[in-house]
Amino acid sequence: MMLKYIGNRILQIAILLVIYVAIVFFMLHAMPGGIKTLLISNPKLTPQAQEAIIRAFGLNQPLWLQFVDYMKNVFTLNLGISFSYYPTPVWNIIAERLPRTVLLFTVATLIAFFVGFASGKSLAWNRGKTTEYVSTVVGIITYTIFTPLLIFVVIWFFGSFLGIFPLNQFLNPDLWIHTRLNAQVIFLYILMTMLIIGAVMLVSYIMALRFSHKVRTRRMIFYLSTAISVIFSVFFWWVSPVGIYAADILWHMVLPVMTVTIISYAGNMLVMRDSMLETIKEDFITTARAKGLPDKVVRDKHAARTAMLPVVTNFVLSLGFVVSGGVITETLFSWPGMGMTLLDSTLAKDYPLAAGALIFTGIFVLIAHLVVDIVYAFLDPRIRY
Amino acid sequence: MMADNSNMTIEAEAKLESPLLIRSKLLWRAFKENWSIFSKSKIGMVGLYIVVIFAVAGFIVYPILADTVWKTTSLNAMVSYNPVTGYDFLQTNPAPPSWAHLLGTDPLGRDVLAQLLYSTPREFMLGIVAALITVIIGTLIGTVAAYFGGALDTFFMRLADIVLLFPFIPFLIVISGMMQVDLLTLALIIGLLSGFGGITIVLRSQGLIIKSRPFIESAKVSGASDAYIIVNHIIPNVMPLSFLYMMFNVTGAIFSEAVLSFFGLLNIKMSWGLMIYTADTAGYIIGSNIWNYWWLWLPAGASITLLCGAFYFIGRGLDEVVNPRLRKR
Repeated sequence: MMLKYIGNRILQIAILLVIYVAIVFFMLHAMPGGIKTLLISNPKLTPQAQEAIIRAFGLNQPLWLQFVDYMKNVFTLNLGISFSYYPTPVWNIIAERLPRTVLLFTVATLIAFFVGFASGKSLAWNRGKTTEYVSTVVGIITYTIFTPLLIFVVIWFFGSFLGIFPLNQFLNPDLWIHTRLNAQVIFLYILMTMLIIGAVMLVSYIMALRFSHKVRTRRMIFYLSTAISVIFSVFFWWVSPVGIYAADILWHMVLPVMTVTIISYAGNMLVMRDSMLETIKEDFITTARAKGLPDKVVRDKHAARTAMLPVVTNFVLSLGFVVSGGVITETLFSWPGMGMTLLDSTLAKDYPLAAGALIFTGIFVLIAHLVVDIVYAFLDPRIRY
Repeated sequence: MMADNSNMTIEAEAKLESPLLIRSKLLWRAFKENWSIFSKSKIGMVGLYIVVIFAVAGFIVYPILADTVWKTTSLNAMVSYNPVTGYDFLQTNPAPPSWAHLLGTDPLGRDVLAQLLYSTPREFMLGIVAALITVIIGTLIGTVAAYFGGALDTFFMRLADIVLLFPFIPFLIVISGMMQVDLLTLALIIGLLSGFGGITIVLRSQGLIIKSRPFIESAKVSGASDAYIIVNHIIPNVMPLSFLYMMFNVTGAIFSEAVLSFFGLLNIKMSWGLMIYTADTAGYIIGSNIWNYWWLWLPAGASITLLCGAFYFIGRGLDEVVNPRLRKR
């Protein structure tokens, strides 16, 4: 049953992916003068070079043939060669930078989701109090603030005024100069650690559901296994010789993560607040209160769980919005991920790289969507297709 | 007999007034009712005040000032000075606020306040044009999909799914890097793209609710065509929701424009985002430096935030009008 659902979702996402690539392709060709003019209009190119580009991109073929070729190329990761990093293939650049963005976003969106969920919950519960009013206003301000403005202030406050966090770049060159390690490898290790911890959490949750019917035992199994896996991985990084490099990367990650979190938590919070407000008007909440259940139990067990569904929907739908905010964040913090690559390549008129970055940003969003869907289907007993 | 009599009098009265007048009266009454709900929401009123202030500043104050104080004047016998485009030779730029320049000047010697006010009507135009296009497309597609259902419905809903997941700003960045985008083109692009997005899903579900109402049945029985029913019965009933989404779309459009011009990707003369771009590329917004040159980025950034926020606030206020479940009991 579950597998069928997951298979269905994967199929849907695959179809969406094809449509997405098609949209990007036709957009590139709908530009005034078409992609051909864009590629060969550089006056520095000799006629021979122009000829070579036209042949390499197959620009003489009819549009649908080009489209088929393009599709084939995207799915075989053959995205051409970057102009500005000549002769590095676009895929190599993307493969190098995608993990950085993935790391930044996973951490930030997870924090934003839980902060938004918890604060929205208590906001709705304390409706009418000053704290509710103040935090709603703060939430709306951070939700609507012009992102660069927020980043200027964050950089000034934490980087210059307090001087506790490093600015710019994603590692400290002084530290890395003594090693022949590749930052890329460390990145992948960090991502892998996070994946393992996440998997442990998920498995322990499912095991706890199977194993026991008591809430307390379930909770203990879940928290214990999570804590053990976290402690184990921290210990592992501590004793390993590359631990200090990972710490350096994480240290540089604090400010960008914080910014993306600030940008995106408010959306979750406001939706949670609204959904919670609707839920607590329902009869079963009154019943729960009338039964004499403690306030906290009514809030967390009865109201919040029911109110969660729209928040998750909103969370999934806001992924695109968060990625957009991430482009700005990455650029201003010089975090060399997909967003910064996208902007830099666009400004440098490096079209193969820009198109590749755009496609993989979209693929990233779609896959994130898929992951959230599947995790959610595991967690919510109501979703069983 | 009594009932007949009263019917007669109502008909007699109805004959006296033209249908247009009755309709406008009904509209006015609905407006008054909704206004009383809207005006109770503090956040909506705050938004409305901010929008009105900006509108007055941009559409009334700026033309007056441009004709009087900021008229292209001669600084001395040689040079003339236009506060939006010219260079003030009488001082070193950027200069902090003074009586000559209430919000100081930027690195290119232009008056910051004049630039702010000059850009205001353009921001309004961009936001409203983009939102109008979005709402028109979204309303049409949403109601048509709801009314006809079937393959058409499925197609537009799947399309909306993908547009919703679209990384919007990255997409706009690539587009504006590849072609010359001015303000109107940008409004068109934003309007078209978001018109196929989430708004169609919301309006379709609202359209489905209205489609199941009895008056649609009776309109069908009376022989109304599909187009007539959609235009005269369904669209007016989803209108409040469209209007609500229009507010959110204005926010999105202004924000997108600000981001793109902040990256220097748009082919425009002046905008709030571009003001920050100018200061940033000239190197005045770095770390501890930012408060020494606050007038270069704070007024423009605050304007973007305030105007975006204001339309969002209005949307939240309207939400309470459209969605009765959110109201306080």
